[in-house]
Amino acid sequence: MAACSSSSLRHKEKETTSPEPIIIRYTNCKVLRGGELKDGDVWVRDGLVLDPMKLFFEEKKSATVTYDCHGLIASPGFIDLQINGACGYDFSSFSSPSEAREGLETVSKLLLQHGVTGYCPTVVTSSKEYYQKFLPLMETSVGGKHGAAILGLHLEGPFINKSKKGAHKEIYVQDEELTKERILSSYTTLNDMKHNISIVTLAPELPGSDDVIPWLVDKEVVVSLGHSLSDLETAERAVKNGASLITHLFNAMLPFHHRDPGIVGLITSLKLDQRPVYYGLIADGHHTHETVQRIANNANPQGVVLVTDALPLFCQERQTELFQLGEMMIERKGNKAVVAGTNNLAGGITSMNECVAQFYEATDCSIQAALEAASLHPAQALNIKDKGHLEYGAKADIVFLTPPPSQGGGDRREGERGFDVIATVIEGEIVYESLSAVNRLTVM
Amino acid sequence: MRLVILDDYDSASEWAAKYVRNRIKEFNPGPDKPFVLGLPTGSTPIGMYKKLIQFHKEGQLSFEHVITFNMDEYVGLAVEHPESYHSYMWDNFFKHINIKPEHAHILDGNATDLVAECDRFEEEIKKVGGVELFIGGIGPDGHIAFNEPGSSLSSRTRIKSLAVDTILANAKFFGNDISKVPKAALTVGVGTVMDAREVMIVITGAHKSFALYKAVEEGVSHMWTVSAFQYHKKCTIVCDEDATLELRVKTVKYFKGLMEVHNQLVKDLDVKETQ
Repeated sequence: MAACSSSSLRHKEKETTSPEPIIIRYTNCKVLRGGELKDGDVWVRDGLVLDPMKLFFEEKKSATVTYDCHGLIASPGFIDLQINGACGYDFSSFSSPSEAREGLETVSKLLLQHGVTGYCPTVVTSSKEYYQKFLPLMETSVGGKHGAAILGLHLEGPFINKSKKGAHKEIYVQDEELTKERILSSYTTLNDMKHNISIVTLAPELPGSDDVIPWLVDKEVVVSLGHSLSDLETAERAVKNGASLITHLFNAMLPFHHRDPGIVGLITSLKLDQRPVYYGLIADGHHTHETVQRIANNANPQGVVLVTDALPLFCQERQTELFQLGEMMIERKGNKAVVAGTNNLAGGITSMNECVAQFYEATDCSIQAALEAASLHPAQALNIKDKGHLEYGAKADIVFLTPPPSQGGGDRREGERGFDVIATVIEGEIVYESLSAVNRLTVM
Repeated sequence: MRLVILDDYDSASEWAAKYVRNRIKEFNPGPDKPFVLGLPTGSTPIGMYKKLIQFHKEGQLSFEHVITFNMDEYVGLAVEHPESYHSYMWDNFFKHINIKPEHAHILDGNATDLVAECDRFEEEIKKVGGVELFIGGIGPDGHIAFNEPGSSLSSRTRIKSLAVDTILANAKFFGNDISKVPKAALTVGVGTVMDAREVMIVITGAHKSFALYKAVEEGVSHMWTVSAFQYHKKCTIVCDEDATLELRVKTVKYFKGLMEVHNQLVKDLDVKETQ
């Protein structure tokens, strides 16, 4: 995929004589920076967040273009670590290379509307043939007008526990001893010099996990624990071996028991040699009860990572009511997706910005905490240093959002909850703008 | 010397800001005729800067053709250090207004040749035709800029070792660690400020009242460097009630009696009187 340019066409038109890179100033916004939400500006040059004071005093330069953001929140772009597909495309059931390409392009583009600037396409437990054929086609890519960046794949399974397979296909689950050879025979791209696998969800109770977890971590793969019957002790050992993430906390693991807390206990464990553990939370209001979201967030606010776990049904444009997911029919019931004819949740159909709004309301956390759970924490979980925040020098991936009503954000209709995406910026370039919004960014 | 006495800090700040606004507007600066403004740092002028920013945001005041010179900067403190006067000016003023970066001058306390830097600063001021209005504040010991007690009243921009009092007072900004407090600063001299065509000094708070008394009612002394402005042709001191505590009743009454005249200076220029 072509490397994205740091300036949009719109900016280039303004650039007439000056050969210097343009300097963009987004002003009059509430900027999330250093854990605080403060009135201020975001300055961008060459796709990076710029220190305007140094620019002023050392380079004696001002902005080439200034956008008035009318009091919107400027948050680091959202990063979704777990998304199965959208708009009818399922990352785990492509039938042809062209469909895979179309699917990734469509989903990448769609996600811009929801403020997502980077994501990990998630492939659930699949056949070896499927991995072999399609993993090499799902390459990492930079973001831009064409869509959100693909930050590497999240391979959820097949090395999981059959008893906690969830909506995964049992026949493809591999719960024998974990060996490097076995893993490589499924994760075919893992041996490539610059492979495309960012996260692997596995069950730590499988024999051999003590050896393969450090090996995966060494290959710069984030090991996430999930679809598992693991007890706390096994999970703690996995973390000491290098695992650093929990896949959709509470879902597809042993329920929390006060004498045997299982994987859930990791979020407050003191036996992890000070290693941070992040945990994915499907904050759509259905997968995790709001009281439970509060318990998790209060216990470990630094580790929470909001994920959509979105299904192919998740789509703005097509109002599909039924969708075939593998051998199952999935049905849209209100704002939930369930296995047809039942009440069993089959995955998410809620957008990331709605998850942030829901999490903010459910946990009564600060705005900045809700936003960091969808930006800073997932970037940290992926060990990406220059994304997920707007410190000087970071990649200028920004989402402009309406403030929630408690922030008194000017004119708003009754019932609005805020966190509506007004514009999305990737490496300084405006890649999406809401056409319906009243308070759009305007050139000053 | 004009002494303008306002009720409190906020009204003193507002008066000072309106005065600056009117002076700039009446001057009607343009590309070939910039308005040259000298600026202070510290806690006193914050309220004035806030008001000036408000005037700018309301469209009353543009800084496009305003050139500024700051009074001082610490030696050896990084520009991005939150206590540097560069940071102060950026956070409290420059980032909110439309001043051009090339128009904002602050001494470089990290220059390799500090003496040359001070000379260059004086040159720059000369090059733009001198300062039209120098705004200052003072310390409780009557120092203007970093011209500590005992400084020559004809001093120019130079390196100045800070008084122990100043270093101790600054410790709170440097984690109460004296070793981290800068021990020297570059500062304009008393003579540099005296050269400005007009000077305005803002003095607020009871802790500055003795210094105000020394500035207004006692003789000129290099131990109270602010007193030098008794010799300036056009100097205005803006203060609040608290700062007048050490003045004689007679002095205060005299200047308060002039408030009606003084207030003519800060009238809204665009608003016609409706009486």
